[in-house]
Amino acid sequence: MSMVEAKQGGLLDSVRSSSWQSRIAVAVVAVLVVVLLFQAAQDPAQFVSQLLVGITNGAIIALIALGYTLVYGIVELINFAHGDNFMLGSFVGLTVLSGTFLGLGFFAPIGGDSGAALQIVGVVFALVAAMAICGLINVGIERIAYKPLRNAPRLAVLITAIGMSFILQNIGLVWKGASQIPFPSLIPDGNALGAFTDALVYRWKDLFIILVTIPLLLALSYFVQRTKQGKAMRAVAQDKEAAAMMGINVDRTIAVTFLLGGILAGAAGVMFGLFNGTTVFNVGFRQGLFAFTAAVLGGIGNLTGAVVGGILIGVIGAMSDQYVGVRWTEIMIFTVLILVLVFRPQGLLGDRSSVQGGGGERT
Amino acid sequence: MSRRRRKMGMLAVLGIASALMIAGCGGGGQGEGEEGGDQPTVTIVSDLPLQGSSRPQNETIVNAIKLALEQRDNMAGDVRVNYTSQDNATAQAGQWDEAKCAENAQTAAQDEEIVAWIGPFNSGCAAVEIPILNEAGLGMVSPANTLLGLTKPSPDPTEPDKYYPTGERNYLRVIPADDKQGRAGALWLDDEGVESVFIIDDRQVYGQGLADQFEQNAEELGIEVLGREGIDGTASNYRSLMTRIADEQPDAIYYGGITQNNAGQLIRDKVSIVGDNEEVIFMGPDGIFEEAFLEAAGESAEGAYVTFGGLPPEKLSEEGQAFVEEYRDTYGGDVEAYTAYGYEAANVVLDAIERAYDENGEVTREGVLEQLFATEDYEGVLGTWSFDEDGDTTLTELSGQRIEGGEFTFDRTIDISE
Repeated sequence: MSMVEAKQGGLLDSVRSSSWQSRIAVAVVAVLVVVLLFQAAQDPAQFVSQLLVGITNGAIIALIALGYTLVYGIVELINFAHGDNFMLGSFVGLTVLSGTFLGLGFFAPIGGDSGAALQIVGVVFALVAAMAICGLINVGIERIAYKPLRNAPRLAVLITAIGMSFILQNIGLVWKGASQIPFPSLIPDGNALGAFTDALVYRWKDLFIILVTIPLLLALSYFVQRTKQGKAMRAVAQDKEAAAMMGINVDRTIAVTFLLGGILAGAAGVMFGLFNGTTVFNVGFRQGLFAFTAAVLGGIGNLTGAVVGGILIGVIGAMSDQYVGVRWTEIMIFTVLILVLVFRPQGLLGDRSSVQGGGGERT
Repeated sequence: MSRRRRKMGMLAVLGIASALMIAGCGGGGQGEGEEGGDQPTVTIVSDLPLQGSSRPQNETIVNAIKLALEQRDNMAGDVRVNYTSQDNATAQAGQWDEAKCAENAQTAAQDEEIVAWIGPFNSGCAAVEIPILNEAGLGMVSPANTLLGLTKPSPDPTEPDKYYPTGERNYLRVIPADDKQGRAGALWLDDEGVESVFIIDDRQVYGQGLADQFEQNAEELGIEVLGREGIDGTASNYRSLMTRIADEQPDAIYYGGITQNNAGQLIRDKVSIVGDNEEVIFMGPDGIFEEAFLEAAGESAEGAYVTFGGLPPEKLSEEGQAFVEEYRDTYGGDVEAYTAYGYEAANVVLDAIERAYDENGEVTREGVLEQLFATEDYEGVLGTWSFDEDGDTTLTELSGQRIEGGEFTFDRTIDISE
């Protein structure tokens, strides 16, 4: 309660002391929001449809963004290989569903024609396998490429991360080839709201994304806030040396962080494939870029910020496709990013690692 | 005494060894001399994207060129012809790559042995290569570029002159250009009773140019154009674009672009949001007329309309059918849409080399280029046709395909001269 009051008091101060750039930024954002609301009032159904599309696309971006932000919160490293790990996640899911690995057929491919029970088992199995494998890949990358450089200049690790990104991308290229690969359609394409209304389309696929994303977010939040290992993570994020002195195993804590990031990337990869119906070896680059942008937008290191940033980017993209034009979508997304950063360099929710309690501004 | 004998023995061994070596060298020299002769030898190259999902289609074109050469025992009249296949795609891009196209063209420009160039496959690549090879005076015959502006005036006022810095033409193609394909698409939709259309392109040279031609022809035929958008080929999906198009309620959606710019995802989202291809027509050009599109699009491709700037293999002339059969016998697999065009391009080039040699007594780039443009009433696998002064074919028959049961099925011949 007192925090809210303090913030309100601070708001007037910050407006008074704000620079003219940030005032312009606020004015532009305000105009954009008003224009959007005006459009929404004209055709509410269309607006809501686009909002739903944006939220669903944003949810996948948010899951990837969490991986960037988790790792940044602990070791202050932008793990560029994360987006490509996400791509490998979708490939693992594809391989599991095809039932064939290294030329050995383990079971018949699970596709749209399989029984409903088998489809559900297939989806769960694919998700779990991708989460496990991507988690391990991420831990392996940390062990091989980042840990030996922990005391090296930060730029060295950054370059290593870019290198890992290329290596993973090329593994994907060798593994599945350069073409778009179709994903079996296991989630029905029908309207989940069909029983209630025809005006609004919300497919089972959209619902699936939200139904998987929310439990994952809750589980992550529980892990970080309530478990002993989560407490260790927060401690390491705050001060590595002090945490080590308190008897916390820093190496293991960092490995666990990478494991969590990889698990989320694996889940996002399979969800992406099932949702869109295709995947390709370089999908991680663009999705990774957007996810990274989302993490910065929300405040890098801040878990809630990553989710907010991801969904915001999804929604901005959808609104821009509808009201501005597809050619302008990327420009819109990055314009908003610049405006936000001009006004709040620490991101929307502040860049103080949420694993430290989150939300506050860096002092 | 004994020491002296040993010395002589060693000398003898050395003498025999050196004699053997000289004999060996002489033998080798003779062998090389035999191959020479005064038979002129030239090289032709093809330049096609051989990585990514364009690979299967372009491999058949390479095979077709090899077949054309084999049928003539690698001879164009009295001239021995070597063939090199170049790749203008990179694995990273998964499709043709501008830098690779430029690099290939520059390398070939330097190599005087090369007298003709078959390709490229993508119009965007041609736009990079033509100016480079124009300076080198190397004749090019493309089996697949359909962008209008490469040879004829287009909505861009700098086309086509910007491709020909020397002012001389060096580029020809055996496939009808997009003014014809755009018109064929519009005619077909008009025939189906379509009154409104939404146009999407892939922001590449070929896709945009084709969409321009289609837009112009659709308007001339009285089809209302509800909107035009350019998609990003690396976007994760196109759901918001399709949601917007659904709101416009067009009778048809036209996509100007290639498979490799995410056409599979595009039609998946189109079917999921706007409706299936019976309800709202989805039409695409020859850029998606390949197996790779069927694979990427899956069931969503069912019922889609695909125009092609020529005729499908099964509708070709008798010579065409003979080629298809011979190809199957030689390489096993089936031909793709452009295979016969690759074969025709190779034969046109080989005939031009033969005539150039007969006329001038030597084969130069200049002579071959002159003979290429002189190709008239050519009787090949595509029918009987000539090159006009811009290097375009005089063929006017295009075709419309529909996707049925996961396969391209010939629907109709569209004659745009009507």
